[in-house]
Parts: sequence; structure tokens; C-alpha cells
Amino acid sequence: MANLTINGKRIIVPDGITILDAARRNDIYIPTLCDDPRLEPHGGCRLCLIQVKGMPRPVTACTTPVTEGMEIETTNEQIERQRRTIVELLLSDHPNDCMICDKAGDCTLQELAYFYDIRSNRFAGERRQYTKKDLNPFIERDMEKCILCGKCVRVCDEIQGLGAIDVAGRGFTAKVSPAFEKDLNCEFCGQCVSICPTGALMGKQSVGKGRQKDVKEVETVCTYCGCGCNVTLHVSRNEVVRVTSRPDTINEGWLCVKGRFGYSFINSPDRLTTPLIKKDGKFVPASWDEALDLIAEKLSAIKEKHGPDAIGGLSSARCTNEENYLFQKFIRAGIGTNNVDHCARY
Amino acid sequence: MNKDVSIKVCMGTGGIAAGGVEVMSTFEKALASVGIKAVVQKNCSMHKVGCRGFCARDVLVDVIVDGAKSTYQYIKPDMVERIVQEHVVGGAPIGDWLVTDDYHTFHDKQVKVVLSDCGEVDPEDIDSYLGRGGYEAVKKVLTTMTPQETIDVIKASGLRGRGGAGFPTAVKWDMAIKAPGPKKYLICNADEGDPGAFMDRSVVEGNPHAVIEGMIIGAYAIGAPYGYVYIRAEYPLAVERLHLAIKQAKERGYLGKNILGKGLDFMIKVKLGAGAFVCGEETALIASIEGKRGQPKAKPPFPVQKGLWGYPTIINNVETLANVPYIIRKGASWYAAMGTEKSKGTKVFALTGKILNSGLIEVPMGIPLKEVIYDIGGGIENGKKLKAVQTGGPSGGCIPANMMDTTLDYEALSKVGSIMGSGGMVVLDETDCMVNVAKYFLQFTQSESCGKCIPCRVGTKRLLEILTRITEGKGREGDIELLESLAADVKTSSLCGLGQSAPNPVLSTIRYYRDEYEAHIYEKRCPAGVCKDLLSYSILEEFCKGCTACTRVCPAGAIIGEKKKPHKIIQDICIKCGACFETCKFKAIKKG
Repeated sequence: MANLTINGKRIIVPDGITILDAARRNDIYIPTLCDDPRLEPHGGCRLCLIQVKGMPRPVTACTTPVTEGMEIETTNEQIERQRRTIVELLLSDHPNDCMICDKAGDCTLQELAYFYDIRSNRFAGERRQYTKKDLNPFIERDMEKCILCGKCVRVCDEIQGLGAIDVAGRGFTAKVSPAFEKDLNCEFCGQCVSICPTGALMGKQSVGKGRQKDVKEVETVCTYCGCGCNVTLHVSRNEVVRVTSRPDTINEGWLCVKGRFGYSFINSPDRLTTPLIKKDGKFVPASWDEALDLIAEKLSAIKEKHGPDAIGGLSSARCTNEENYLFQKFIRAGIGTNNVDHCARY
Repeated sequence: MNKDVSIKVCMGTGGIAAGGVEVMSTFEKALASVGIKAVVQKNCSMHKVGCRGFCARDVLVDVIVDGAKSTYQYIKPDMVERIVQEHVVGGAPIGDWLVTDDYHTFHDKQVKVVLSDCGEVDPEDIDSYLGRGGYEAVKKVLTTMTPQETIDVIKASGLRGRGGAGFPTAVKWDMAIKAPGPKKYLICNADEGDPGAFMDRSVVEGNPHAVIEGMIIGAYAIGAPYGYVYIRAEYPLAVERLHLAIKQAKERGYLGKNILGKGLDFMIKVKLGAGAFVCGEETALIASIEGKRGQPKAKPPFPVQKGLWGYPTIINNVETLANVPYIIRKGASWYAAMGTEKSKGTKVFALTGKILNSGLIEVPMGIPLKEVIYDIGGGIENGKKLKAVQTGGPSGGCIPANMMDTTLDYEALSKVGSIMGSGGMVVLDETDCMVNVAKYFLQFTQSESCGKCIPCRVGTKRLLEILTRITEGKGREGDIELLESLAADVKTSSLCGLGQSAPNPVLSTIRYYRDEYEAHIYEKRCPAGVCKDLLSYSILEEFCKGCTACTRVCPAGAIIGEKKKPHKIIQDICIKCGACFETCKFKAIKKG
């Protein structure tokens, strides 16, 4: 454990953690745009610059590990002036169309602009102009809103293990891009969307469907597979408009393409809401009792006539582990055959 | 006394550009055709040598007969025949073609350590280097010194990093020796990217073995079995000679396994940079070698703790490493006797700009700037007045003419708001606009910013925009203060040295030439007459003879008038190129 003081307050934190982490644990606010505790420190946004006694220049709290006896100052006139300049510089190269931005109300940059009361901009000048060209159905990239915090690049590399995007170009014209500036063609897991602090990366299906303040958050578990990822459904006007996941869940907030973007079936007109039984060559809605009775009757008849090995069971990856366990139990003990398999076995 | 004839042709980049290859081959042909050995009864040898500094006089050729050296300047292939006939055969040097006195004054105040063998040894021949005491230092450390003793010698010499920051080399090596790790790396930083700088290039081109020898000694001192030279791909000749030198050193047992039978293993790989200025920064350089995007990382961890591939790594500049063999050979006290209290030894500078004798110079630390400008440099071109000296490249600052007593050492330069940097020195005269100079350097740093951190990526862009509008006559009240405020924030909050020093040219020009900024903003006037948008040319009728010279050179057809009658410039058409101003013999064109 290391003893240190932050803004004069004595605290004890584990060795090796960063100053930013130490501050967070003690509820001391240090602004940041590029840090996420789940990713490697980046040190790019420079908002978390703090002053450590004895160090010649300010250091970034997100990259500097704590050491015994450190005396840290997270705020003073100069630090706040620098932070304000940084936010102002970012806004000087930003569309600032918060009024029509889906991210408004849930945007870290907007929060910082509010916090630092930036009404006019001393540095107004050239802005990057990009044309949106993504043809995929999932991810909308508005690179003019990108602040190059690099979170999307890191999550794609460090968490998803893909490296579908990286920073291309230099200086003012640097931008996050797939290889050779081609159209995005990846797994579309959307981890990048989940981690973007501004409106640069958005889920296409969510655009125009309601901002964060308009949604009701419903916690549930993803039904796509046995992993059981925790998801948060964002519901607006009785429609799921977005799916996210909280970082403090078993899946640490990470989801795959299905869990994050595969929710349109909920309101699909083609969705089955009752069992269907084929009568006279046509599917007719039926109750569960009716359907289960029919299944039991037919299975018994086949087993009677041809033996249990005439029956096989194929289960689904969309079931939970418990459901799959019960299914194989039913086939083995109930029907009496080992003919049971699972769609995700290969 | 050597009774032989030896001819040395400058084949640095400057020499080759001036026709060194042709001069060399013409010499070879001419000597063969006269059957030189039989005629003069002596061994006659040809050598290509590296840069000797005075690139403006290339091709420079030394003819050494019986130990007497005559140096010729501006040699072209068609002059070779006469030199061979009259000098080599006849024994009489051709007085008209020899270097003039200023060639000697150029060298008189210089003290050459790093460059002492440049221009003397053949960079493509290891025997030539060995003949001048090369690799003696490696033998000395391997046979008589421990790694710690080696570091102690460097410490006593006071050698500091020549890449710019001036960090004591021995302290760095000491940290590396203490850093735990299964293996360590030594990297030679030859990613020289400052505009107008060619110090490291000349050293690698002129004497690559000194750099290799320095690396071997460094590797021995810190215990690194592997070394890299990170060099710009834009230096093809340096790369070629470096590869050749590494090959030769391997063949002679100075590189590889069990060096000189003393149990030291050390291998050097060459990694070519792809032309990004920021890759001269240590962490970006390491990322580049690892095959990643060349952008810096926050320190700590420092490379000496966690560097290349995660192992402790030391990065030294070319010039730093090239100093090492000479310090080992001649002793720490010899080296420490040169320079000032805190800045020891010599420093190589690339002297460029409006100076008469531009070229590569090596001077003792602490030499007053005026001696460099007036004695070595020969003063300002075309009799103009000195305005400022810009040191430290795009990260440096401008030192005004009235401060030429400033000495060239780390402390004095930083005191006047500039830096030593890697050794670029650009001389500016009265026709240079300081706002424009600041803009030039900002253009460079802005386009070389990697884009990782916000203050550098957007901040340098905004600084450049403000400077641009000032030079275009669109400067606003408060722009100077805005520049100062933004520059200060970019300086303190940027991630790496590039952003932290990028505002220096702005801050130092405002500090010393605030009046020029004010003239641009408030009077819409460029005092030096450089900023085109603030310029206009007009014809003074009383002086104009109507000779029509100006109408003939005007590329825009902006000048009208009948012969022998005063002419007139149509302002809407004039592109302010200044051609008329240069051409008029009667001083009838007014610029302002």
C-alpha cells in the first residue's frame, strides 16, 4: 500500500495503481476523455494533467503510477486554464451541432464544455470535413465529431483482438480509419460505439429514436447465447431503441454484434408470439398446452413404434446452460437415447 | 614523411551533388593514362572521403604529395587533367584553384572531435579508420576496463546527449546498467529531421565506424547484446555506408559473437525510418522499430525501464556515440578541458541561412555566437545586416543580433529562450520577417505532429492559423496575447517534446520582435518587406527612365508605359513577385 496526499487529503491506495485510479477510488474528480479503466492508459487527451510535487512539469494522472509519499495537486489555476484551453481547442474543430446530435445529454465533451462554461471560442478556425460513407447496417461514423481519444482503436485491439481500425494520417488530419480508408467491414461488435465519448460513433438503428434522457433503462440478460451477458435495454415509447451494458457486470460491459445490435426482432411483425400447429397444410395459432400435448403424443408414438433411437434432439446456443442441461436430460432419461447434440458444438 | 601521392575527393552528399563521382573517375582515368606510378616513382592512391564541412566549395580535392597537402576547391572534371599534369607530375600546385584564405579562417576557430576523421578517412574502408587509431577505444575498454569504469570515464568527461535535451550520457548508461531485465537494447538515434540540419548525416556518411565503435563501447558499458541504428530512409548514402561499415566490422571481429575474443556479444541492426519527424522522439522511435504507428507514449515508464519490446533500452544520438571512442582514447580530462563548466566538449552545428560560409562546423562549447557568425561563417551574405540566429531547429528560438555575445552551451542558450537542439543554426538577415520565420517553423511542426495529443494536434494548427492571418494583414487586436497564451498552454500540456517545444519559435520571436508583430497587426506593414499581402510595389516617376526593363521581366504584365516615359504598376494585376524591384537599375521601384 502507498500513502499519498491528493489536494492535501491523506489517502492510502494499493501500490502500482495510477493516480487517476487512486483519485477515483477516493471520489476526487479528474476530467478525462481518453481513459477507460478497462483499457491500457493512453495519455492523449491531456485533460488529466496534474501536478506532482517534485516533478518539473505536470504529468497525466492516467499514466503515472502512485509512489509512496507522493503529493498530488489535481486542480489549480494553471491546470484548470490548460484544461479549458484543451476543451476549447477540441470544440474549435467540432461541428458543435449538439441541438441535433443523438449523443447530446450523454456526451463527455458536451459535459466538459458545460463545466468550463465555453460559450465562444478564441480559436475558431479550419474544421475537418469528412463525408460519411459507411454502408453497413450497424455503425454510423461521423468523423467530424471524433476527438481522436483512441478508445475505439484500443478496444478493437485490446478487447476484441481485431485491430479493424487504427489512426491514419498525421497531425490535424489524423483520423481513425479502417485499413486504406476503406469502408468499415468488421465484426460490428460495436464495442467502439459503446466506448466513444462523443457522437462520432453511433448505432445506426438508434439514430433519431430518442436521446438518453428520453429512455427508460431496463436491465435484463441477453437471450442470444449461454454466456448470459447483462444488457440494458433503452426503451423509448415502448420500443427498444438501443442496447448497452454496464461496465460493472459479469461481461464488463462488452457485448457482441447480436447482443448489441440484434434487437429489431422484438418489434418485428414476423415475430412468433404463440406456437403454431399445422392443420390442413396451414399453420394455425395454438396455446402452449395444445402444442406441448401434441409434441408429447407424437414423441411417445414414435418411441413406441420405432424405439427411442429413432428420435434425436438438437438444442440451441440461444438457450442457457441450465436449459441445455435439462434438454439433454430429457432426451437421455426421458426419451432414452443418446442422440442429442447442440448447434454450437462445431 | 610519407613519400607517396594521395588524392582525396570529397564524397559526402554535398560533394557528390557537386559532381564528386565524376571528378573521382576522371582522376582515376587521368592517373592511369599518364602511367603515374612509373612517371613519379611513387605509390599513388585515390580516396573518397566524407564531409569536411565547407560544402559550399565542393568538389573539394586534397592532393597530398610527400606529406604536403594542397586543397583545391570548386573542382570540375575538366580541371582534373591540369592538376594531374602540373601538380601530381610536375610538382607545382595550381595557385588559382587552391582554397582561399577564408577556407582556412573557416576552420581556424573550429575544434574537431567528432568530425576529426571526417574528410580524412575513407568511410567505405575500415582500414582507413583503423589507420587513424580506429577501434583502439574498443580494444582499450574490452581489455583494460570494466563496464562501470567505462561509464566513469564518460561521466568524468561530462558528455551530454547531443540530440537536443543534453541529458548526461553517463547518468543514462548508469540507469541502464542498474535496470533489471534479461536483455537490453542500445539504439542509435539517427532520425535527424530538423529542417536545415545535416550533422548526423555527415557523421554517418563521413565516418560510420566511429558511430559503430561508440555503440560497441556503449553496449559493453550497459550490457546490451543488441543494438539498432534508427536512420532516415531519406539518407540513402548514409544507410549504404552504414551497412557496409557494419559488414566490415563484423568481418574484422568488432561485431558479432565474442568480440575480440573478450566474450562480448553485440549485433547491430539497421532500421529505416519512414520520414516522420516525431520518430526522433524516444518512445515514438521505439514504437516505429516495433512496427507500430510512430507516436509517442507517456513517460514513465522510461525506455530505460521498459523500452524496445519491453526491455530496458538506451537511446543515444549519433553525435553522442561518435564522441565516445575519442573520449576513451584521449581521456576524460582531455575532453572535459573543452567547453564550459556544465557543457563539456564540442558541438557540431549545421550553419545555414544568410551566412557567407555555410556548412558543417564543430566548435568548442561556450564559444560566443559572434565568433561563429563572423569568424567561422565569414559574416552575412551580400553585406546585409545580421538580424537573428535561429538555433535548435523547429523546437528552438531566435537570438537577436544584439545578443551575439551569447555563448553556445546548453545553459546560455536556454537562458535566452532558445535551445541547443541537435545543432541546426540558421542565420537571418534584415530581409527576414520574424513573423514569417515563426510561421515557417510552425508549418513544419504542425504538419509533423502525430495527432495523438490534443494540444499539439489542434493547438499548433491554431497557432499557425493566427500567424498566417497576421502575415496576411488580417491580424486582430489581441492576437499577440492570444498567441502567447495558447503557446504557453501547448508547451506545458503536450505529450512529447515535439508539442512541448513547437511554440518556442513563436514565443522567442514575440519576446524579441514584438514590434514586428505589432507593425503587421496594427499598421498592416511588414517591416522586412517579406509578407506579400502587406507589400506593394510602385514606380517613382522622377527616377524612372522608361527603359522598359521592368515590363520585360514582369510575369503578370502588370507594368505599363511608353518607352522613355515613366512607367506605372497596375496594383490589381501585380503579384508582388519583386522581379521589377530586382531588375531596375535606377532604383525607381518603391517597395513598401
